[in-house]
Amino acid sequence: MGLSQDEIFEKVQEALIDALGADDDEVNRGATLVGDLGAESIDFLDIVFKLEKSFDININREELAPEDILTNDDYVKDGVVTANGMAELKRRMPWADMGEFEQNPRVQDFGNLLTVGDLCNYVGSKIGGES
Amino acid sequence: MRWFWVDRFTEFVSGSHARGYKNVTLAEEALDEYCPGYPMLPPTLIIEGMAQMGGILVSEHFNFDKHVVLAKIGKAKFHQPARCGDRLNFSVKMDAVQDLGATVTCLSHTGDTLQAEIDLMFAFLEEGRFTNGPLFNPGMLRDMLRMMNFFHVAVDLDGNAIPEYTNI
Repeated sequence: MGLSQDEIFEKVQEALIDALGADDDEVNRGATLVGDLGAESIDFLDIVFKLEKSFDININREELAPEDILTNDDYVKDGVVTANGMAELKRRMPWADMGEFEQNPRVQDFGNLLTVGDLCNYVGSKIGGES
Repeated sequence: MRWFWVDRFTEFVSGSHARGYKNVTLAEEALDEYCPGYPMLPPTLIIEGMAQMGGILVSEHFNFDKHVVLAKIGKAKFHQPARCGDRLNFSVKMDAVQDLGATVTCLSHTGDTLQAEIDLMFAFLEEGRFTNGPLFNPGMLRDMLRMMNFFHVAVDLDGNAIPEYTNI
């Protein structure tokens, strides 16, 4: 599709404003979807629909919500993602910034990991946008 | 009170679209209290009618095997009230389908006048997580669809009658 980063951001921003009823100035690259923008679980399905339509892409459930990793005893111990689990998450989601989460990788905090910037990176990886 | 907010299907093409109507009558108690002195069908019940029609469109697409529930109202614009005596002509179009849900776009017209525009998102309940067993008692959904004339008009994309579902 060949969209620039700014073009990707604008379309992602539009999708999030529409799906979450957020103001455009709230939807900045650093904003977390859950904590800052108030996304609930059902909103993620809405966001997926809007991104698929806007960018003409297919989004698989596991790509954005790696529940299979976070519920796997091989990757999680006592509610904390293990080193192997972190490696698997990074392999699955190379577009996500895991820096902060990695410092204290509690499964219960994973839901608030994704930022608007991560979502832009994800879409960019799907459509081969400029880096 | 019967919770039916579609009176009749007039067209149903599997996985594509559906049309039908809802007659608004003064006999309905729902018209009394929304705007006292000005009987009108509450907009929420127009959304419910669209959700019933859209939910059936989505559910049939998955052979009535999934537990389809209204999850989100993406847009709801009402251009004029639905007054007693009006016939609301509903048209619902499948917009997108995923393995976790689906979206539909809906229009309501009275005569040639656009009455409402509504976008809906449906989700599928996971068996054992939010629900156990079917959402309807045996035969209940089939009876409802019969009363709405669904089986008279429902066809697949090739124009053939839809299968006779035994799970509803």
